[in-house]
Amino acid sequence: MRRLTWFNATSLTLGFAFLYLPMVILIIYSFNASKLVTVWAGFSTRWYGTLLQNQAFLDAAWVTLRVAVVSSTIATVLGTMAALVLVRAGRFVGRTLFSGMIYAPLVMPEVITGLSLLLLFIGIGLDRGVFTIILAHTTFSMCYVSVVVSSRLATFDRSLEEAALDLGCSPAEAFRLVTLPIIAPAVIAGWLLAFTLSLDDLVIASFTAGPSATTLPIKIWSSIRLGSAPRSTRSPPS
Amino acid sequence: MRRALLILVPYLWLLALFLIPFLIVFKISLSDGALAIPPYTPTLDLSAGWEGIREFLTDLDFENFVFLSTDDLYWKAYLSSLQIAVISTAITLLVGYPIAYGMASAPDHWRPTLMMLVILPFWTSFLIRVYSWMGILSTEGYLNQLLIWLGLISGPLTILNTNTAVYIGIVYTYLPFMILPIYAALERMDGSLLEAAEDLGCSRITAFWLVTVPLSRNGIVAGCFLVFIPAIGEFVIPSLLGGSRTLMIGKVLWEEFFNNRDWPVASAVAVILLLILIVPIILFQRNEQKSREAEE
Repeated sequence: MRRLTWFNATSLTLGFAFLYLPMVILIIYSFNASKLVTVWAGFSTRWYGTLLQNQAFLDAAWVTLRVAVVSSTIATVLGTMAALVLVRAGRFVGRTLFSGMIYAPLVMPEVITGLSLLLLFIGIGLDRGVFTIILAHTTFSMCYVSVVVSSRLATFDRSLEEAALDLGCSPAEAFRLVTLPIIAPAVIAGWLLAFTLSLDDLVIASFTAGPSATTLPIKIWSSIRLGSAPRSTRSPPS
Repeated sequence: MRRALLILVPYLWLLALFLIPFLIVFKISLSDGALAIPPYTPTLDLSAGWEGIREFLTDLDFENFVFLSTDDLYWKAYLSSLQIAVISTAITLLVGYPIAYGMASAPDHWRPTLMMLVILPFWTSFLIRVYSWMGILSTEGYLNQLLIWLGLISGPLTILNTNTAVYIGIVYTYLPFMILPIYAALERMDGSLLEAAEDLGCSRITAFWLVTVPLSRNGIVAGCFLVFIPAIGEFVIPSLLGGSRTLMIGKVLWEEFFNNRDWPVASAVAVILLLILIVPIILFQRNEQKSREAEE
């Protein structure tokens, strides 16, 4: 497997060109002076200026950011707990159901998750808004967090924890001083993943957001649908 | 005590916000549409006690499912979603395998960079990436401009708003999900096995089919499921890149809910979609479990 042949080099080049060309084109054309997407009329930053003056977009960006920070933080706590349960808790009643509920949301079509959460919120009479989007995002992203963290926990050497306990740590101290620092990279990776998923989500947010809360993807979606999308609405690489 | 708390908190959260919502979808799929708030009947009236529950249960029926099976639109939408998902999964595998193979054969010090390049698109907006394909594929788009400039075609091709554009969109969006598991399988492979095969007289191509492909089987299976399952319910790609004739069940569900405001029918569409997906989801989990056991 250590031979980089011409065939391999070509497939890598073509593959990455396919992945990156659309993004490069988009970035170049976001500096286009023309209003038409496909015609180049010189370099300009006017669309970025327009964007920064568009209050509706700024409001949506602010809502999106708040939702992403809060939901990914709660999801990280819950997801890490779920990972500890999956790897450590051994057998308990309803374990199969629990692991099923952790893995199912990873592949569940967003339209179904969105629809079911909306029907729940309406059923219990919860007003839709920022709070309901946070609940929805937390639920699906905690599953991603727990998958990331549990793969790290599975390779964890438990004798380190036992050593800490032997040396007089309480279980809580052993967790804080030994376990947490070791799984920290996975926890941080999980948080970042949850954060990006939340920033990027259109479908679930559309179902669970009420008229009072609009996130950036919802806003971008409606401007694409209306055919007047400001080209410069790139999401910042987070 | 601490252990019970650790289990209960995430468990209850998932029960309340994942499982119970599905039961509600199922229940509403058995209700009838109505011009009311909420727009379906019956609603459970607990104040009437047992009598209310009994009345509620007798009002539920499978009428929406009968409706779905008699209306052509839904059959066609399910079948065409399946077809689009199968074809795009196959194309993604054909495109993704050589890339994963190339990554696995690249020098060691390149690998972290290549890996990062595959993951990086996740950190940009999915919506915007699909949107940029609208600019590439439209009749005045960059692809047509390029092909005309090269003299390969005389007039612009219609790609945007066809199923071809949907295939391109799905392959593009889900390519990393195919590459990563295959790469993970190939990277673990022992290179000396290939040498042994060649020493024993296999040509390189035969060795590839007899050694490399079977050893990366788990990666291929995982990648195919990770593309196939979400592709069936895809909504954004067919809405932006597909035409009015592109039928996909995710789009039908969305329109049933937001445009027609027929919640019971939308719920019934969701229940059937879920039933279709249960088989591949279970197969996917089996495959994951097997490859995890193989590692241990």
